[in-house]
Amino acid sequence: MTGGQARGSARASIATLSQTGRGRRAAREASEGLWIGVATFGVLFVAWYALTTLTHTISPGRFPAPAEVWDALVQINVTGYADARLWQHVLHSVKLVLLGFFAAILVGVPLGLAMGASRAFEAFVNPPFLLLRPIPPLAWIPLAIVWLGLGDAAKVLIIWFAAFVPAVINSYSGVRTIEPHLIEAARMLGVPRRLFVREVLIPGAMPMIFTGLRLSLQACWTTLVAGELIGAIAGLGHVLYQASLDIFPAMIVVGMASVAVTAAVMTVALGFLERRAMPWRQSR
Amino acid sequence: MATIPVVAQRAPRELTLSRFVALSVGGLVAFFGVWWLLAASGLVPAQFLPTPLAVAEQFVTLTRSPFVGYTLQQHLASSFGRFALGFGLAAAIGVPLGLAMGWFRVLDAIVTPLFDALRFVAPIAWVPFAALWFGTGIGGPVLVIFSGAFPPCVINAYRGAKYVEPRLIEAAQTLGASHARMIVEVLLPASVPSIVAGLRIGAGLGWQSLVGAELIVASSGIGYLLVKGQSNISTAIVMSGMIAIGIVGFAIDVLLRMLERRINRRRGR
Repeated sequence: MTGGQARGSARASIATLSQTGRGRRAAREASEGLWIGVATFGVLFVAWYALTTLTHTISPGRFPAPAEVWDALVQINVTGYADARLWQHVLHSVKLVLLGFFAAILVGVPLGLAMGASRAFEAFVNPPFLLLRPIPPLAWIPLAIVWLGLGDAAKVLIIWFAAFVPAVINSYSGVRTIEPHLIEAARMLGVPRRLFVREVLIPGAMPMIFTGLRLSLQACWTTLVAGELIGAIAGLGHVLYQASLDIFPAMIVVGMASVAVTAAVMTVALGFLERRAMPWRQSR
Repeated sequence: MATIPVVAQRAPRELTLSRFVALSVGGLVAFFGVWWLLAASGLVPAQFLPTPLAVAEQFVTLTRSPFVGYTLQQHLASSFGRFALGFGLAAAIGVPLGLAMGWFRVLDAIVTPLFDALRFVAPIAWVPFAALWFGTGIGGPVLVIFSGAFPPCVINAYRGAKYVEPRLIEAAQTLGASHARMIVEVLLPASVPSIVAGLRIGAGLGWQSLVGAELIVASSGIGYLLVKGQSNISTAIVMSGMIAIGIVGFAIDVLLRMLERRINRRRGR
């Protein structure tokens, strides 16, 4: 074995060592994070149990005890509450949100990209957009009811509006945060327009677009619950409405938890899409 | 457009002032023109879509004579007070929390699962508990506004801090920066654009949550005016209320947009 080979293999083994070391540290940090998360929920649950069931510091009229929430959960799953079982309410809500959400992405993202890419288009579209934009989706509820009645069409319209505004704003500011060098380089190289949109504009704006989509999803749920609180025959907002009429804090908690779990599942799906769409971007 | 080379259209280029004004006025004229045509031609019944002029008249009437107890300005004042309190609390707590979560892994691990669990609870879903705990005066709506404005403040500060260039962090670490200095002098300045975008969205969501809360539980405020207009089946009153909501929301947005522009200009964008 020559000296060169020995040095080479030594260097290689050092590289492997430091790589596995880094991998191990990352894995340890991930599992630590998981344990801290589990411990946090554990501590909170014990505190909840202690404050309600054990010491009655919090009266049942203000916040329910764990056992009451469990009973309410069993009730809505077995016998149903507010005219349907839990999964039927969830399905109804999810259907409405997805319809409004995807319709808003289809219209909002291209509009925002175009506004970011062209000052002339921005100047034309911005004034009416600025007039309508500050009107919150929830403020359209009374108007949507007058126009479309109490059915699902009015709710989809309002959800669409809720998701549309964040989709436009973030696609727009996504384009504006692209490094000028990239745009200038593409311009200098005479990249055709379609290629420019596909290779520079969309990838550059992608991080902001996904931030926008996350916020959109959130806005959709807010709007859906408000719409269903005001008038509906099914859905999670309807459960909340019925529970607050009945002054049934345990069922309010079940309704809120169902809204959170369903939305969390959808956001995890969106996060998966985000990683698939932007493999070049690694978070620390 | 024909005289501009095709290439120039791809990148954002500043317009001359006269072209900008012409295009903006054109956009407005197109918008109100279509509305007026739909309403005045009778294609859509006036009961569903009054003309812009009829809505403007109703708006002026509301500012002079009280509707459901108060004039428009008084409704807006009580709404705005609730909004300022809720949004102020959300920004003051949310931004520092988001930055700290972007830096301290332990805090991230503790707060993120809780936050993820809570932030999907739509702000409006807090209405039953808000009413139960704080009543319908000022406390209840403020809780709802806070829960609307808080998540964007935290998320954007957090993402801003997470996506800071590693070189900057490594440089600061090499120079021996403390945790506090790292957050205040590296993460905060680097994530300012993200934070301001978050504040803008938070203000929008907070204002929206306020309206939602007032649609359901309140006896004054702009959302209450909307509900009463709807139950009187007066599209003009509903639209006047929406315009008033829009104006206040717009004013809030313009202030934050000016802040954003100033910051970006100082950073050489």
